[in-house]
Amino acid sequence: MKFQSEYDAPWSSSAELHVLNTGEWRYQRPVIDGTKCIKCAACSLFCPTGCMKDIGDQFTADLDFCKGCGICARICPVGAIAMEREA
Amino acid sequence: MDAKSERQQERRVLTGNGAAAYAVRLCKPDVICAYPITPQTELIETLYRFQADGSVGAEMVEVEGEHSAMSVLIGATSVGGRAFSATSAQGLFFMFEPYIFAALQRLPIVMVNVNREAMSPTTVASSEQDIMLVKDAGWIQLHVESCQEILDTIIMAYRLAEDPQVMVPVTVSYDGYYLSYFSEAVDIPPQEAVDEFLPRREMSPRLDPQTRMTIAPFGDPLVPEYRYKHLAALQRSKGKLEEIDGEFQQALGRGYGGQIEEYRCGDADIVLVTMGSCTGTARVVVDRKRDEGLKVGLVKIRMFRPFPRERLLGALQAKKAIGVIDRNVCFGWNCGHLMVELKAALNGMEPQPLLLNFIGGLAGADITLQHIGGIIDTVHSATQGRHCEEVAFLDVE
Repeated sequence: MKFQSEYDAPWSSSAELHVLNTGEWRYQRPVIDGTKCIKCAACSLFCPTGCMKDIGDQFTADLDFCKGCGICARICPVGAIAMEREA
Repeated sequence: MDAKSERQQERRVLTGNGAAAYAVRLCKPDVICAYPITPQTELIETLYRFQADGSVGAEMVEVEGEHSAMSVLIGATSVGGRAFSATSAQGLFFMFEPYIFAALQRLPIVMVNVNREAMSPTTVASSEQDIMLVKDAGWIQLHVESCQEILDTIIMAYRLAEDPQVMVPVTVSYDGYYLSYFSEAVDIPPQEAVDEFLPRREMSPRLDPQTRMTIAPFGDPLVPEYRYKHLAALQRSKGKLEEIDGEFQQALGRGYGGQIEEYRCGDADIVLVTMGSCTGTARVVVDRKRDEGLKVGLVKIRMFRPFPRERLLGALQAKKAIGVIDRNVCFGWNCGHLMVELKAALNGMEPQPLLLNFIGGLAGADITLQHIGGIIDTVHSATQGRHCEEVAFLDVE
């Protein structure tokens, strides 16, 4: 048998990570209003896929992994996140 | 065995659970995580006592159940640690989901299953029913006969699981009550001898923030490849166990025959095939029947997974009849699990020996000298042409 993996068990290195881009499942995306964001990080803490990233002056979602569940919008205490339907 | 290690062996009267705890202490795991359940509890209590007196340095994680216990071990071993758990019956069943994951991820965990009957009806008594129900989870299964063999086999199990050519978790399985609570003299090897026999291995690959490996990546197309590799590793583990058993004998003076033990088999016409604690009883009866002139022998299965087919074909070549003793039932084949395995292993053997199955010892019932004498007589009469049922329950008319 010709092997594809160099490992004897199901491991993979960072060079060939077999990951699932869960962002492909999304029908709506979070859009963050930076003027409202108070940088409390609640969206980052509650995001189930851990994709809310601190970009310095506000948070933003990594759209490769954001499934569009809307928990961040629901948890945001100042209503800075709106869910917008994907085209 | 050199004179030095012989001098330093310490002899104690220990229960099977106690012997297992001493073995675990000698193997110096990094993490121990188990949930108490009869008849395993004493093993975990003893390990906690060892931790309290400072003789076990492992981190002992308290969890709410066996599913979490095995999950903790998956974490501990995937970063390269050595880990231990133990359970029985309903606990093993509750552990089943991460139990399978641990094997398919090929993590070198060693655990003990203290064999216990499956419920219902309600029972905490001994039988092999629990361990037989997980036989195809991808683990290596080792079965033992005595408290000494428990201690020695756990040490060997770490060598086997952590061998770079194997990397498959091992369950060491011993009978509840008959071994777990049975006290006998056990030689405890000196720590230095075990350190030498079981050196620390640098596991690779492992989870490590520096090298950024991932465990269990998504990879449907790779499933056939990993299953192929897993089967190959299990096949390699058979020879490895033979090697490790030989090395253990050299280092510590006790060997168990590797995958199987053959007892007075060479010229035997009739052979009993047993696992676990009833082997000791069978050994006595074989000796008595030999004294009466009957050519009878015994094969003890030590490695049940992978199944020692090649060794059995050698040991059972040209035998007239084989009596298989099962302390479990196989739903679906109307016999015991060991009987199913024997039928598969000996399929096509020439000449085909007669196979008779005897099911007993369920829910803590004794398998007595009289039972085994009767089994041998039945198998012998079958070789003389008497018709015998293929599968018989001891004590059930």
